[in-house]
Amino acid sequence: MIKIENVSKNYGSFDVLKDCSTTVNKGEVVVVCGPSGSGKSTLIKCVNGLEPFQSGQIIVNGTSVGDPKTNLSKLRSHVGMVFQHFELFPHMSITENLAIAQIKVLKRSKDEAMDKGLKLLDRVGLKAHAHKFPGQLSGGQQQRVAIARALAMDPICMLFDEPTSALDPEMINEVLDVMTELAQEGMTMMCVTHEMGFAKRVAHRVIFMDHGRIVEDDSKDAFFANPRSERAQQFLAKILQH
Amino acid sequence: MGYQWNWGVFLQPSAAGDDTYLGWMFAGLKMTIALSLSAWVIALLLGAIVGVLRTAPNKVLAGLATAYVELFRNIPLLVQLFIWYFVLPELLPKALGDAFKQSNPVFQMFSASMICLGLFTSARVAEQVRAGINSLPKGQKNAGLALGFTLPQTYRFVMLPMAFRLIVPPLTSEFLNIFKNSAVCSTIGLLELAAQGRQLVDYTAQPYESFIAVTVAYVVINVIVMTLMKKLEDKVRVPGYMGGK
Repeated sequence: MIKIENVSKNYGSFDVLKDCSTTVNKGEVVVVCGPSGSGKSTLIKCVNGLEPFQSGQIIVNGTSVGDPKTNLSKLRSHVGMVFQHFELFPHMSITENLAIAQIKVLKRSKDEAMDKGLKLLDRVGLKAHAHKFPGQLSGGQQQRVAIARALAMDPICMLFDEPTSALDPEMINEVLDVMTELAQEGMTMMCVTHEMGFAKRVAHRVIFMDHGRIVEDDSKDAFFANPRSERAQQFLAKILQH
Repeated sequence: MGYQWNWGVFLQPSAAGDDTYLGWMFAGLKMTIALSLSAWVIALLLGAIVGVLRTAPNKVLAGLATAYVELFRNIPLLVQLFIWYFVLPELLPKALGDAFKQSNPVFQMFSASMICLGLFTSARVAEQVRAGINSLPKGQKNAGLALGFTLPQTYRFVMLPMAFRLIVPPLTSEFLNIFKNSAVCSTIGLLELAAQGRQLVDYTAQPYESFIAVTVAYVVINVIVMTLMKKLEDKVRVPGYMGGK
């Protein structure tokens, strides 16, 4: 589904990504973790072309992301993405947020788009808030709407860029619950997150990054039981201590 | 101080005999409003386009837009007006320049003033549009693109609706400025409000009444503009965002 081959990216002389390679198969849930500044957010943004990269290639569902001939908008329309800061459109009601891309990008009728949006809103447990605006919802609620908005496009895979990092602790679980459910339904997911509990529960594989490199890319059990690199051991020791 | 106040002067027939002096003032008021509103339309349209281009990823387009802004906001308005009115017709192809110079003088003055005020103000509007766009969180653009919007669609549906809401207050100032700046156009002979006021002084020797009337007229225009813009601001306010309920 997602194939990342020898991807490198630099800003001038600073290497953000160094020779990263990995794959995410259909139906697989891959968690990407690592210390801040390790390049994990950049890597996931390269997958749908939000960040350009200088060398290597990324193939999503058979389409090369870095190829200048690729219609990136079309590719992105079926790769769902969820951001750290939700990024709902503040001037639109929740239903409009859910419907607009379906109407403008997928050319669905307004009724069809609204219908689909409301179904997904119900699924993330927020049907009662359909006519509110993003600014009137809590962070956790906004993030659930953002997930519903991405799902409304019938994505072939979902990218999560630290979806719970900006949330109050008591709101993290409501978002993780939605993500867990998605994973259990077989959605292909690539998640940048520090939620190791979530990784243990639903991930198939864990990728550990440090200084722009993929240091570890292993099955969940192997990663948690016995991380091979010293850096990953330190990282786990630090964040699992509490 | 021995000044003879005479508010009745406005009702006297004007020197040309075709109207009262009050009629002159209203003619000037109409000219000021027509000029300012038409220039404002130009300023908003061009300002929006240039402001968007300044934030475009294409360096050539962004560079051209920057050059435009710097050109029009760094030359005094009065100088720009003289260039449009006196210099430009000479630089046009001869046939076109002659046609312009032979056209109705009021049309000549009005069109030069409208273009001048419109372009001058568009540079300032462009800066505000750019500031509005740049003040949005960067993630908004990414969110639009990630949903499959093209870059123009992302501007149209995601960024501009919020950017314009954010800049209503500074745009109000520009809208007020365009009415005040239109007085500069009296220097090329356009009989707008300020020019009519001065003409009234020449004909009636009642400067206080004339300029008080002119002042009141500008204040009334601007109070109306402020009220309407405040209404607009309230109408487009986003619930739960920046002071919205």
